Amino acid sequence: MRPEEIPQACDDLMKAGGRLQMAYAWFPAPGQSVEVAYLAATAPHEPFVFLRCSLPADSPHLQSLAPQVPLLGWYEREIQELCGVTFDGHPEPRPLVLHEGAHPTMPPLDPRYQPDEMMPFTSEPWDRPPVEGDDVQTLPFGPVRADVLESAQIFFYYIGEAILHCHPRLFFKHRGMEKRFEGTLPSLGVVLAELISGVDSIAHSLAYCQAIEAACGCEIPERARYLRTVLAELERLYNHLHYFGHLCHTTTLKVGEAQGKLLAEQSKQINGILTGSRFLRGILKPGGLRRDLDLSTLPEMLNRLQPEITTYLRSMEETNSHLDRLITTGHLPLQTAYDQGATGPVKRASGIGRDLRGDHPYAAYDRLTMNIPVRTEGDAHARVQIRMEEIHESLSLIARAAKDVPEGPVSSEISNVSGGEGLGWCEGARGSTYYCVHLDNAGRLARVKIKSPSFSNWRVFPLTVHDTNMMDYAINEASFGLTMAGCDR
Amino acid sequence: MPVWTLYGIRRGIATTSWPEKEGPTQPGVLGLPHYHADRCQDNCRACADVCLPGALSFESCEAEERLALDYGKCIGCQLCTEACPNDALTKSNDWAFGVRNRDDLIWTEALQSPPAEEVTRKIQKYFGRSLHVRHVDAGSCNGCESELQALNNPYYNLHRLGIFFTPSPRFADLLLVTGPVTYAMQGPLRETYNAMPEPRWVMAMGACAVSGGASGGGYSCGHGVEEFLPVDIYVPGCPPNPAAMIHALLLLLNRASQHVQGGQVAH
Repeated sequence: MRPEEIPQACDDLMKAGGRLQMAYAWFPAPGQSVEVAYLAATAPHEPFVFLRCSLPADSPHLQSLAPQVPLLGWYEREIQELCGVTFDGHPEPRPLVLHEGAHPTMPPLDPRYQPDEMMPFTSEPWDRPPVEGDDVQTLPFGPVRADVLESAQIFFYYIGEAILHCHPRLFFKHRGMEKRFEGTLPSLGVVLAELISGVDSIAHSLAYCQAIEAACGCEIPERARYLRTVLAELERLYNHLHYFGHLCHTTTLKVGEAQGKLLAEQSKQINGILTGSRFLRGILKPGGLRRDLDLSTLPEMLNRLQPEITTYLRSMEETNSHLDRLITTGHLPLQTAYDQGATGPVKRASGIGRDLRGDHPYAAYDRLTMNIPVRTEGDAHARVQIRMEEIHESLSLIARAAKDVPEGPVSSEISNVSGGEGLGWCEGARGSTYYCVHLDNAGRLARVKIKSPSFSNWRVFPLTVHDTNMMDYAINEASFGLTMAGCDR
Repeated sequence: MPVWTLYGIRRGIATTSWPEKEGPTQPGVLGLPHYHADRCQDNCRACADVCLPGALSFESCEAEERLALDYGKCIGCQLCTEACPNDALTKSNDWAFGVRNRDDLIWTEALQSPPAEEVTRKIQKYFGRSLHVRHVDAGSCNGCESELQALNNPYYNLHRLGIFFTPSPRFADLLLVTGPVTYAMQGPLRETYNAMPEPRWVMAMGACAVSGGASGGGYSCGHGVEEFLPVDIYVPGCPPNPAAMIHALLLLLNRASQHVQGGQVAH
């Protein structure tokens, strides 16, 4: 597609009910051209749509789509900083991923940029919006925050208790992980994918493996499909349980915090017994699984946990002081959620009933029936209830998958397809995770683009903070269930 | 409405008896691989070829090449144990690996490294019974944070050992750093350290903080905390098991002994 045709094609796609999922750029011929690609999802069970255009390497320009499609704003800024494509007419032309003061000699994702070259950096002030008024106070919070939390800075402009504007500065943890994949063998890239977001190791490695399998046209064995489903749901389980522990911490429900974190610990220990890793790492590989798993003790271990989980979740729903802090807190309207790119439980709590497991099934999700919980309230309590139902659904899915799992091999051979490209996806505990991989002629990874759910939801979250109050901030943030590592990469 | 106090009492005690009493706290969890030098065949290189963080490499030694293994870089992905045709590298359940000397994470033929020095008697005197920790995330994958948060859950219950996380560096005795130190976190990390009163200690937690691990280097990352601050305790692992974290904190306080020297676990 020619660059000038992209805006029209995007318009047509949106009118037909499509929703943009992400955008990225890569260098098929370094020094000669750069390609920009937009990924969109249309109706459930319909294939994903790519809009792609090639630009000349010297001063590449493209019309910004962010005014029509706000959720693309961050992707375009990221492409601008890491791949050197300028977007004309961008509504927020400020640095995003690379902080003020970072001056790489050339766009870091250009393959000609040396993999071990640290970019020059001088400390420069942060370009944040001026807010005027005698009574307006400012509060910089972070990047080193209270407790054991990931690094991020939240800048509040407030009057008394009321927050006027909340301006997060993220990407303190930008490690340049997408660059790290360059030149790596596809079989080893899975180890990197597991480290993008440590608590979403399965979501990331599964999306990565599926992208490689798509690029190589590889079908994985039936048993591997079921085992992957079990692993993905175990990951959702421990993440959601931890989520409730942390949420109770913010509403100061102490016993609820202890119980939620204890259940998350027990869930992690089950992961350890089953796979050797509390984070379910070192088990997936392109083509299937690295080794077979013995599921015989899993149902019994989960059966012991289930009544405790049920009692715990019900007790929270019957505690007025806890509910009082959640209901109407951090309201996210449907239209905002849709336009700004909300994903996962956050999106489903605002009335968008989409889930990759049901809409674009992978692993064994098309062999197992499941409910996708949806709420329309859009507040913290709705986000909480979605996760409660998902916990029950996960336990049911694991039990059924463990019962139905067929015998057989757990991996198939990956034929090395040089020059292949593929898309993989996974609905992780936090939402949609996408991997786009491009292989070079030697069969090594040329470009891996990662779309993590927290990147999407961090864009949405501040919109629910403006015009609220300070006391609700921590509760609202906890109700979103965000990570920094996945967002910053 | 539930009475949470009764709920908690009914739930009973969930805390592990470790480390007061011995016993496995994490059945099945794989740790860092064991190296059996006698089984290693020359010039095979299968292990080094699959080692992404470069924990396994070959170095020249008296006209022959031999395998060098650095647990400070190992992320425990177990790929080498699957690649080795001779079982020279095998899976293990070892996790208690906190060391005072970075060299003790590098495998050596004999246990030739000098016995680790006592950090200082001051620690025992002033902090032997209590320690306040300020954590700084300098670009981790969130795996280390997840396990650090687990230390305060009822199972590990870190408070019972007199160790607390503190919000302010002004009240902290120990700076606990995770992540390879990204360019953007260099400043905040230094400022946090400078805000701490002396005497103060630094702990590098996880393969990233010890050596950069699999994410160190590149256009935006350093190769661990050592490049920026003096490190007193190194805890490898990706992420270290919560029990290994507790062991390392007790090691700092001279309340536990070092389990590893010359890259080998003393049994």
